[in-house]
Amino acid sequence: MWAYVGRRLLLAIPTLLGASIIVFAMVHLAPGDPIAAVMPAESSQAEIEATKRAYGFDKPLPVQYLVWLGRVAQGDLGRSIATRRAVILDVRDALANSLVLALSSSLVAFALGVALGLLAAFRQGRALDKLASAIAVVGVSVPHYWAGIILIIIFSVQLNWLPAMGAANEPGVLPYLRHIALPTVALSLIPLGVITRVVRSAALDILNQEFVLALRAKGLAARGVFTHVVKNAAPQILTVLGLQFGFQLGGSVLVEAVFSWPGTGYLLNLAIFQRDIPVLQGVIMVLATFFVLLNLAVDLLQTVVDPRIARH
Amino acid sequence: MAQIEAVGGVGVERGSLPPTLMMSYWRTVAWRLARDPATLVAGAVLLLIALSALLAPWLAPYDPNAGTIRLRLASVGAPAHLLGTDEQGRDMLSRLLWGGRMTLVAGLTPVLVAFVLGTGLGVLAGYVGGLTNTLVMRTMDIFYAFPAVLLAIAISGALGPGLPNTLISLSIVFVPRVVRVAESATVQVKALEYIAAARASGAGVRAIVRHHLLANVLGPILVFASTQVSLSIILAAGLSFLGLGVTPPAAEWGLMLNTLRQSIYVNAVVPALPGLAIFVTSMAFNLLSDGLRDAMEIRA
Repeated sequence: MWAYVGRRLLLAIPTLLGASIIVFAMVHLAPGDPIAAVMPAESSQAEIEATKRAYGFDKPLPVQYLVWLGRVAQGDLGRSIATRRAVILDVRDALANSLVLALSSSLVAFALGVALGLLAAFRQGRALDKLASAIAVVGVSVPHYWAGIILIIIFSVQLNWLPAMGAANEPGVLPYLRHIALPTVALSLIPLGVITRVVRSAALDILNQEFVLALRAKGLAARGVFTHVVKNAAPQILTVLGLQFGFQLGGSVLVEAVFSWPGTGYLLNLAIFQRDIPVLQGVIMVLATFFVLLNLAVDLLQTVVDPRIARH
Repeated sequence: MAQIEAVGGVGVERGSLPPTLMMSYWRTVAWRLARDPATLVAGAVLLLIALSALLAPWLAPYDPNAGTIRLRLASVGAPAHLLGTDEQGRDMLSRLLWGGRMTLVAGLTPVLVAFVLGTGLGVLAGYVGGLTNTLVMRTMDIFYAFPAVLLAIAISGALGPGLPNTLISLSIVFVPRVVRVAESATVQVKALEYIAAARASGAGVRAIVRHHLLANVLGPILVFASTQVSLSIILAAGLSFLGLGVTPPAAEWGLMLNTLRQSIYVNAVVPALPGLAIFVTSMAFNLLSDGLRDAMEIRA
């Protein structure tokens, strides 16, 4: 097993390096000069050249990449072209907000999704199963940014119960919860659908195996059967939970835009429209690193729960 | 049958085996699809959406880009404007019809590109194996370092707004996914005995791939690609929603949702319509791909 852990850790390094190349290349995909785009229209050629030198854009691309990578590895993501603030500070604050939102929406989706999926599997073909399947299809089909707008229309505009925008200004738990409630619901829809589906199908797989029949034949009560099913479906359920959490972190861009939630998605959106390349790169690199490490953790956790995987 | 039931929420009912086992595979698939109400309804809805998008120039009662500020944000059911008007007084029905064209093109093209390119790369990697496989598959792995939404937005953000850039960025999202499925299907089929038999009887690589391999891997790849359409549509409209996709004044569902978003305090129903269109389309595609997967007896 330790050999497997070591191999998985080593495999994450080329993936991260590849990701860093993509992130770096993104800037140069963009049409036009990354510096000229942000300089005032009346700046002279000499001014543009000086700014280019200051940001290191005058060097050959491979050199630029290595310099950038070296800095990133040390946690230096450069300075924002728009605000001159260190990118790492902006990303850190935004990441904290995004993490909270990802956590809250994941919690809602996990709790509801696992419960619905298991109930559906044990009530296969009945009304409850049909309802769970319907919720699952809606969850994976609904454009979550639209769902966010619908929530705002209902709970902010019509009922005036919850705020429509941003994070809480005043201190305290209640204002915070009031602000995060709607984005949480909007963001939990997709993972709710996915988790319900996966849990249902994993539980059904186990239920259809002969050992469950044997357990029932031996007179094991429904609660005992339930425990066996949950235990055996656990690795698959854990995987989907971990992966969905990762998607939440990177996938919240649209929902954050709808609710002006000050997270990484909001920052990314801002950076795109200000053509603030260091911020753009910084946000994506940090999120990708998080995502790769999370996937790694899910893989490793899986082998702990189900050692058969490592022997594959 | 138990397996099929375990896969999806909607699908073949227990005991709905075809009347004769002599039916060909595709006839069996069609037989099952014809007996699956959810899939049939989804198919009909999609046909309707596709037709109305195709026939938009003839169906739309008004010019989608012409409006009068005097008539802005008319409610649903207003005289002469069945679905109301938008924030610039443009007819919503006309814009939704025209918008469907854009959204469908922007959502379907990347999956089509991914299906063709991904199948090619995946079959190549799976069949040739060795260094080629490592090279192709490790490159694809890199794209898995990003959640799909983030990758699409990041590439679009770097490339700038516009329909071509949306197609490029979404294709980059979907190609690696199809490659993975195509590769693993190819590796599985390649190990089967009948391929070895074909090789032993002197069939060349081209003949084996064309006649024996593709016939058996295209099904699973097609089903997988069909599951991606709804995500692609949501993302394509999402990019426009962020201002990264189709540019104004063109009608596109995501873009319409974005510009109407400011008007929810004036009119709560009209701004919800473009999103409803995205939702219904994406759900119909999901139900259709579920039905297809069940009917083709392919495990997700």
